[in-house]
Amino acid sequence: MIEIQDLYKTFASAGKRVVAVDGVSFIARDGEITGLLGPNGAGKTTTLRCLYTLMQPERGRILVDGVDVAADPLKVRRSLGVLPDARGLYKRLTARENIAYFGDLHGLDAATIKKRSDAAIAALDMADIADRRTEGFSQGQRVKTAIARALIHDPKNVILDEPTNGLDVMATRAMREFLKRLKGEGRCVLFSSHIMQEVAALCDRIVVIAKGKVVADESPDVLRAQTGEANLEDAFVKLIGTDEGLAA
Amino acid sequence: MNSALVVFLKEVRESIRDRRTMINTLVTGPLMAPLIFLLTINTVVTRELDKAEQPLVLPVIGAEYAPNLVEALKQQRVEIKPGPADAEKAVREQDADVVLRIPAKYAEDWKKGEPAQVEIVYDESQRDASSSVNRLRGMLDRYGERSGALRLLARGLSPTVMRPVVIAERDQSTPQGRSGLMFGMLPYFFILGAFIGGMALAIDTTAGERERQSLEPLLANPVPRGRILAGKLMATTSFAVTTVMLSIIAFSVAGHFMPTERIGMVLTIGLRFLFSALFVMLPLAMLLASLQTMVAAFARSYREAQTYLSLLMFVPVIPTLMLSIMPVKAKLWMYAVPLMGQQVAITRLLRGDFVPFEALLLSFGCTAAAALVVYFVTSRIYHNERLAISA
Repeated sequence: MIEIQDLYKTFASAGKRVVAVDGVSFIARDGEITGLLGPNGAGKTTTLRCLYTLMQPERGRILVDGVDVAADPLKVRRSLGVLPDARGLYKRLTARENIAYFGDLHGLDAATIKKRSDAAIAALDMADIADRRTEGFSQGQRVKTAIARALIHDPKNVILDEPTNGLDVMATRAMREFLKRLKGEGRCVLFSSHIMQEVAALCDRIVVIAKGKVVADESPDVLRAQTGEANLEDAFVKLIGTDEGLAA
Repeated sequence: MNSALVVFLKEVRESIRDRRTMINTLVTGPLMAPLIFLLTINTVVTRELDKAEQPLVLPVIGAEYAPNLVEALKQQRVEIKPGPADAEKAVREQDADVVLRIPAKYAEDWKKGEPAQVEIVYDESQRDASSSVNRLRGMLDRYGERSGALRLLARGLSPTVMRPVVIAERDQSTPQGRSGLMFGMLPYFFILGAFIGGMALAIDTTAGERERQSLEPLLANPVPRGRILAGKLMATTSFAVTTVMLSIIAFSVAGHFMPTERIGMVLTIGLRFLFSALFVMLPLAMLLASLQTMVAAFARSYREAQTYLSLLMFVPVIPTLMLSIMPVKAKLWMYAVPLMGQQVAITRLLRGDFVPFEALLLSFGCTAAAALVVYFVTSRIYHNERLAISA
């Protein structure tokens, strides 16, 4: 379970302080898929980066399974599987070696790494590319490899930043099935997206962010009822106040 | 397994698969220096020897005023040529190394027994010409001495009255010492080797990793950043050390093919040199690897890192130049200064001079301490949260 409380983070940009995240609070529960929806530049990636300890927030608290991120970042990172916005692979290593590298960094033994890699390779349907060097991989193949390595330590919580970015229709469908599978295994799945259809189709709970603030935190059905709009797209536009940066 | 070791093994494995890095580490880095050096010294030596053995071509203006002098010169294998119209111009434009000008008054003065003047026209800044000038000057001096002795004998005096003082030269430079002077720039080539060997990894593991967007996922692993940095530095250092080791070995082999004996020089490049040089170069490879990693971590892109590192490559030239322009006596404090210590130690080792073990130890310790300082500074940079973010 992930709890974010009153998160606040600014950046210096051209001499001015720009508020990227302004008092964001929400909870992502185990066995649920939580979607972080918002237009580009709303603060989704910054929120997630604070969560996986790449950045330190100026204010606020983040708890992962009850552990404070600021107090014990290493323990938190052990319980997180992260697919960041940046998903570069090592092109001179094979997909399997890329996965094993992260397993080694988690301190797993060779047998466990082998077992989990095989399972992930089967689940992500990537047996044909597993022993190829990743140079020249397609976007879909890269994402699969990046997910497999992010989950090598069997984390309780899975964070994905725009996981379907750049994927074609088939790969997107496969990704959705995979997320549902993670949810079925009882994990806490948190992902960000600027695509409404995706969030609507997958999520148990939707957190809508605009201009660094949470503007809604509900189930899709409640959202529809709250805004009085029959379809989600109109509901979102109403919440955010503009349709800029949102994709259907 | 320690996480720093995991990072180290992965970086090494990945770099071994990169042909360009391997060529730089195993071939270009180690071989370039000895090869360039071999070529340079071969050219220098061959040219010096050629000049000494070949007849001296000498344009003479006014040869008709001093037939005896000209005849004496011819006997010493000087090829007399008619002089140019303008001796100064010919020398300035390098048509001739040196021109001998005999004035019309020569014969008259000679007959009167007064000092008869001849002029040699040359350009001191033309280093190439200096051996010709010295040869000619020597011949003229000897001709003058001989004629003077004959005149004294004709007057019934012993020629020794003209030589109240006789100089006997006892040159104290050892053969190794003479070569050490010439090989003063050699340490720079070893330092350059360390630089080339570590360069690709320093960039690849920092600016490169960020540009390929793999640094952010890497830092999401439960490993302290200091350990990740340590692993990367170990990999960069081991490549730099490999290059240095190969370049010292390559030089030890190449040294035997250098025609140094022909000009009376001996290089001391035995096992003692090999191990002492490696001992002082090892911490320097560490220091350079940390410096390169630090500079590359500052850079925003791969290209920028390459530019910075190319500039950094010129820093080691400074002590080399300083020591060759101002050849000061080696003092103990010099060993304490990174780069300078290596420069002094390797130059002295090559000359066959004794380098006390404490001096080697001092050089090792101080350079290693500097490497640690740079490591900690780099590790501070690694904790900057903006480091991982590519855009």
